[in-house]
Amino acid sequence: MGEALLSVRDLQIAYRVSEGEVRAVDGTSFDVPAGTITGLVGESGCGKTTVARALTRVMPGNARIAGGSARFAGRDLMALPEAEMNRLRWRDIAFIPQSAMNSLDPVYRVESQLNEVLIQRGGMTRRQARARAEELFDMVGIEARRLRDYPHQFSGGMRQRVAIALALALEPKLVIADEPVTALDVIVQRQILDQLLELQRRLGISVILVTHDISVVAYVCDRVVVMYAGQVAEAGDMRRVLTRPEHPYTMGLTNAFPDLQGAIGILTPIEGAPPNLLNPPSGCRFAPRCPFSGAMCQHRPPDVRAPEPGHAVSCHRAGEAPALRAAAARIETWAAMA
Amino acid sequence: MSLDGAPPETRTLVRVEDVRMHFRVGSPLSAALSGQNTVVKAVDGVDFMLSRGESVGILGESGCGKTTMGRLLLKLLAPSHGRVSFEETDLQALNGPALRRFRARAQLIFQNPFEALNPRFTIRRSMAEPLENARIPRAAREARIARAMELVRLPEPQQFLDRYPHQLSGGQLQRVVMARALVLEPDFVVADEPVSMLDVSVRAGVLNVFREVRAQLGLTAIYISHDLALVRYVCERTIVMYLGRIVEDGPTEAIVNNPLHPYTRALVAAVPTPHPDQPHDPLPVGRGAPDARNPPSGCRFRDRCPKAHERCALEDPAPKQIDGRRVFCHLFA
Repeated sequence: MGEALLSVRDLQIAYRVSEGEVRAVDGTSFDVPAGTITGLVGESGCGKTTVARALTRVMPGNARIAGGSARFAGRDLMALPEAEMNRLRWRDIAFIPQSAMNSLDPVYRVESQLNEVLIQRGGMTRRQARARAEELFDMVGIEARRLRDYPHQFSGGMRQRVAIALALALEPKLVIADEPVTALDVIVQRQILDQLLELQRRLGISVILVTHDISVVAYVCDRVVVMYAGQVAEAGDMRRVLTRPEHPYTMGLTNAFPDLQGAIGILTPIEGAPPNLLNPPSGCRFAPRCPFSGAMCQHRPPDVRAPEPGHAVSCHRAGEAPALRAAAARIETWAAMA
Repeated sequence: MSLDGAPPETRTLVRVEDVRMHFRVGSPLSAALSGQNTVVKAVDGVDFMLSRGESVGILGESGCGKTTMGRLLLKLLAPSHGRVSFEETDLQALNGPALRRFRARAQLIFQNPFEALNPRFTIRRSMAEPLENARIPRAAREARIARAMELVRLPEPQQFLDRYPHQLSGGQLQRVVMARALVLEPDFVVADEPVSMLDVSVRAGVLNVFREVRAQLGLTAIYISHDLALVRYVCERTIVMYLGRIVEDGPTEAIVNNPLHPYTRALVAAVPTPHPDQPHDPLPVGRGAPDARNPPSGCRFRDRCPKAHERCALEDPAPKQIDGRRVFCHLFA
C-alpha cells in the first residue's frame, strides 16, 4: 500500500439540533492511499456524507468540526483557514454531488461554469480554457457543441458527466464523490462508473466514493471503509473486507444484498435500526442489532484492532471472525434479533 | 366472488390488450414555438395476460412506462386506447358496487412509505380507512387489522396501532403500508418500487414478507422496479419495458441467465454484483438516454442498439415466441 494521500484521525463532526448536539461523526479514522478509489459505505445516517462534506469544508450552518484531523499532503484540512481551504478546492480537492443539478447553476451555460473553474481557479487564458473545456467534454463523452447548453438541457446522466468533467477540470489529487450514480438508471450508472474508473486509472487521482451500494464498491473500489453510527466498523482492502469480513455489521451488509449472478437464496435483513445519536449506546454501537453481542459489547466500546496491516476492525469478537462468518451466513442467526 | 357475483371461471385474472396511454405535456403555445412533440406516449401498444397467482415484474428504466402501466392495471388511469380487463370485465365499464368490489380486490402498495400514510393519523386510523371505504362493519375491523399486521410480521399490533408514522422506522412503515394494502384481503396487488426508499439492511426483511404473503394468500402480484436483482427475488416472470413497449416477456430465470433482446442483454450486463472479481467489459449499448417525447421509428431501442439494421427503423418488431418467452426484436425474425 502506498503513502496515504489523506489521513483522517478521530474526526468529530457535530450538528446543532433543537434537542441538543448530535455527533454525526464520532471518532472516525481512515487513510486514503494515493491513486486509489476508497468506498465509504453504510446505512443512511451512518455519517458517510457528513465525512465527505467535512473534507471539503462545505457544511450546513448547524454543523461544526468538534475534533480530530484530516491530513492532506502535509496539511490538516480541519484546521486550515477558510481562504487557504478555498485555494485547495477544485485545484487539489474536487467534489461530485449526488445530483449535479445542485452543483450547476441553472442560469449559466455549462461553458461559463467550466470557465469559472479553469480561468479563476486554474489561471488559464480564455483560449486555453476553451481548449481544455472541449478536451474535458470529449473525455466524459459529450459533444463539444453542448458546452453552449444550459444545465436543464442535459439528461440526468449527462449532467452527472458534466459534474465529473467539472471535478476533473484542474486534475485535482483527490475527488470526493457523494453517491454520484445513485439517482441514475442502471445502464447510465454503469457507463458513468466505467468512465470514472478509466479516468481515475489514467490520471492516477484518488477518489473517495460515498455509496450505500456494496455492488458499486465491489465494481470500482480498491479499498472500503464501512461506517456505522458515526464510526468506522471496518476498513481495509476491498477484496479482503467483502470476501472475509471481520465485523458482524459488514457480514450483515453483504448478506442483505441481492446478487444477480448468484443463486437466489434468501436475503437476510439486519433487524432493527441504527441508534439515535443524540443518545448512542454506551458500549459497541452495533450491539443492539448484533446477533453475536455479549456482556462486554453492551458496556465497553470496542478497541480498533488490526488483523493485518491496513485492515482495521472495531469489534470485541474480531478474533473469532471465521466462526462468526459461518453463523452470519444463516438467516436464523439474524432472525433471532427481531 | 367475481365482480358480477358469479364464481371465477378462468385462469386469467388480468388481460391487457393493445393498451396505450398518451399524455399531453406542456402548453400548446410552447409546443408551437419549439416545434416539439407535446404528446408523450408513456405506454404505446402493450399486450399481456396475468394468470391467477402469478407474480410478475415490470422492469425498466425511468420513463419506460412501468409506473403508468401499474396505474392502468388498477384503473387509476383510463387508457387512451385499448383495454384492461379483470376477470374478463373491461375496467372502463365498471361503476357502482362492481367498481367498489374491484377497488377492494385490487390494491396498490406505494413506493414511498414516508409519504404513503397521513402523518396526522395514527396507524390505526390509516389502517381502518380502507375498511370504512369498503363499508366493512365496525365490529369486524379490529380483527381484520390485527390479521393484516400479523401477515406482514408486525406482531403485537397494539404496540404500533396508536403511534404516528414518524415514530416508526422505514422498514416498519413499509410493512404498515403493505398491511394496509392487505387489510381488504385483495387477490391482486401492484407494488411500485416498494423498497427503493429503504436501506439495504431493511429491504431484505420487507422483500421476504412480500414473498411470504404472496405465497400464503395466493396473490396475483405485479412488482414494478428498475432493479432486476430485486425483481428476480420476488417474481417468477418478468416483463421488460422500453419507451412504452414490451421488449421481452418470460420466466425471470431465463431472462437473467440468457437475455435475448439486445436491450435486456445490456440491462443484465449493467448490473454490478457484490463480487470483487466481476467482468468490466464495455456494455453492449450506445450512449444516450431514451427520449419519451421523440422515440425513434420502428424499434424504440434501435438508436442505442449495437445490432440495429435497416429494417429496425422501418417496422415495429412483432413478438416472436422463443422457448417460453416473447421477444420483440427483428434479430429473431
